[in-house]
Amino acid sequence: MIKVENLVKAFGNKLAVNDVSFTVERGEVLGFLGPNGAGKSTTMRMVTGFIPPTSGKITVGGHDIVEEPLRAKRLFGYLPENAPGYADMTVEGFLNFTAELRGLHGSARRDAVGRAVELCFLQNVLYQDIDTLSKGYKHRTCLAQSLIHDPDILIMDEPTDGLDPNQKFEVRNLIKRMGQNKAIIFSTHILEEVEAVCSRVIIIDRGRIVANGTPQELKARSPEGRLDDVFRAITLPDTVRH
Amino acid sequence: MNAWANIKAVIKRELGGYFTSPIAYVFLVIYLLLAGFFTFTVGSFFERGEASLVSFFTWHPWLYLFLVPAVGMRLWSEERRLGTMELLLTMPITTWQAIVGKFLASWLFLALALALTFPVIFTVNWLGDPDNGVIFAGYIGSLFLAGSYLAVSCMTSAMTRNQVISFIVSVVICLFLILAGYAPVTDLLSRFASPRVVDVIAAFSVMTHFEGFQRGVLDLRDFVFFLSVIGFTLFATGVIIRNHRAG
Repeated sequence: MIKVENLVKAFGNKLAVNDVSFTVERGEVLGFLGPNGAGKSTTMRMVTGFIPPTSGKITVGGHDIVEEPLRAKRLFGYLPENAPGYADMTVEGFLNFTAELRGLHGSARRDAVGRAVELCFLQNVLYQDIDTLSKGYKHRTCLAQSLIHDPDILIMDEPTDGLDPNQKFEVRNLIKRMGQNKAIIFSTHILEEVEAVCSRVIIIDRGRIVANGTPQELKARSPEGRLDDVFRAITLPDTVRH
Repeated sequence: MNAWANIKAVIKRELGGYFTSPIAYVFLVIYLLLAGFFTFTVGSFFERGEASLVSFFTWHPWLYLFLVPAVGMRLWSEERRLGTMELLLTMPITTWQAIVGKFLASWLFLALALALTFPVIFTVNWLGDPDNGVIFAGYIGSLFLAGSYLAVSCMTSAMTRNQVISFIVSVVICLFLILAGYAPVTDLLSRFASPRVVDVIAAFSVMTHFEGFQRGVLDLRDFVFFLSVIGFTLFATGVIIRNHRAG
């Protein structure tokens, strides 16, 4: 459902994303793993059409994100990094607004908002302004926004960042459950999360894909069978000069 | 297709944003107080002994100079600061729909502020026998004047995530739009430059085009001027946002 071919993004003469290709099909949960600054967010911003690629081709549900952005954008839900939200809106107002932009009106909109609220446990803060929410609630509000139209494709940039252990557990279960009949990409730098949720992992380092396989395949590369060791062996920490 | 539905959703959100925060109420109160102060005290409405709103409209270019950028400064800079721009522009909505929606919402808000000055119409009608056609033209002109300033602020707010910078740059550009046709400045210019050059510069000024409306003349050329300022600056807003996204 998502097809990325030879994707490149240059900022000045620095290559943030360098020749990245991958596909995600329905029923797959693709984990995007990498050190900070590896190009995970930049890749997701290009896949969602927020920033244009320098070169390469991205199709979402068969629609080219650059040629037919509106058709492509209807098909996915997106949770950007840091889960932004309009500070001056209530949770309910915000979800109503995003539902309207998704073309939901009247009772369809009410049902969609109700379903998303239930899925993300937002009943208690429905009429609260977003800037008064705790980080966990703010995050879940933005997550609810990405699920509001029950999209076939979900793209999530660090969906468990800033959540407490219980919330992390809930969100992982949610991703796993939804992954059965959706195509999901999510980024993280928490390795246990990858093992718990993903059907496939891509490790990206300094803009390049350095590993691509199931969590089991990757673990088999290390003598102790630990993902941590594999990760450290193939990526460079940003404290190393290069 | 569903372009209008998208624009409407954005308008609704933006207008809601004004009224759920204190911005709307603070703005309306200050705008009405200042408009009244300039009309009756500085503009000596009563002493003139004229049944017209000249002393009301004369001050609008100056009043809007500070108040309109205050309304427009947050339009895009807030989106950039909060990161919601990424959310908004990955929705199935074009950048144009978002720009037009935001602009129209703020313009509607300014129209509401202007409409709330209606007591001044009753006052002048009660005291004398004014030409209400001229007053109507003045209001139309004032609305387009506010729209032009607003479109300029929309553009400057797309340039930065800092609302203060957005405000100041916008005030400076609007000030230029005033001064290019402000009589003391054009007098000064005509000492150095030929009248043709002075006329060309003055043609870029909102003063030149607002004057006609104040006299009750609805000239197509004045509409074209204001609409071009709005069109050009909104187009520039789109270009700035595209460049920002391209990195």
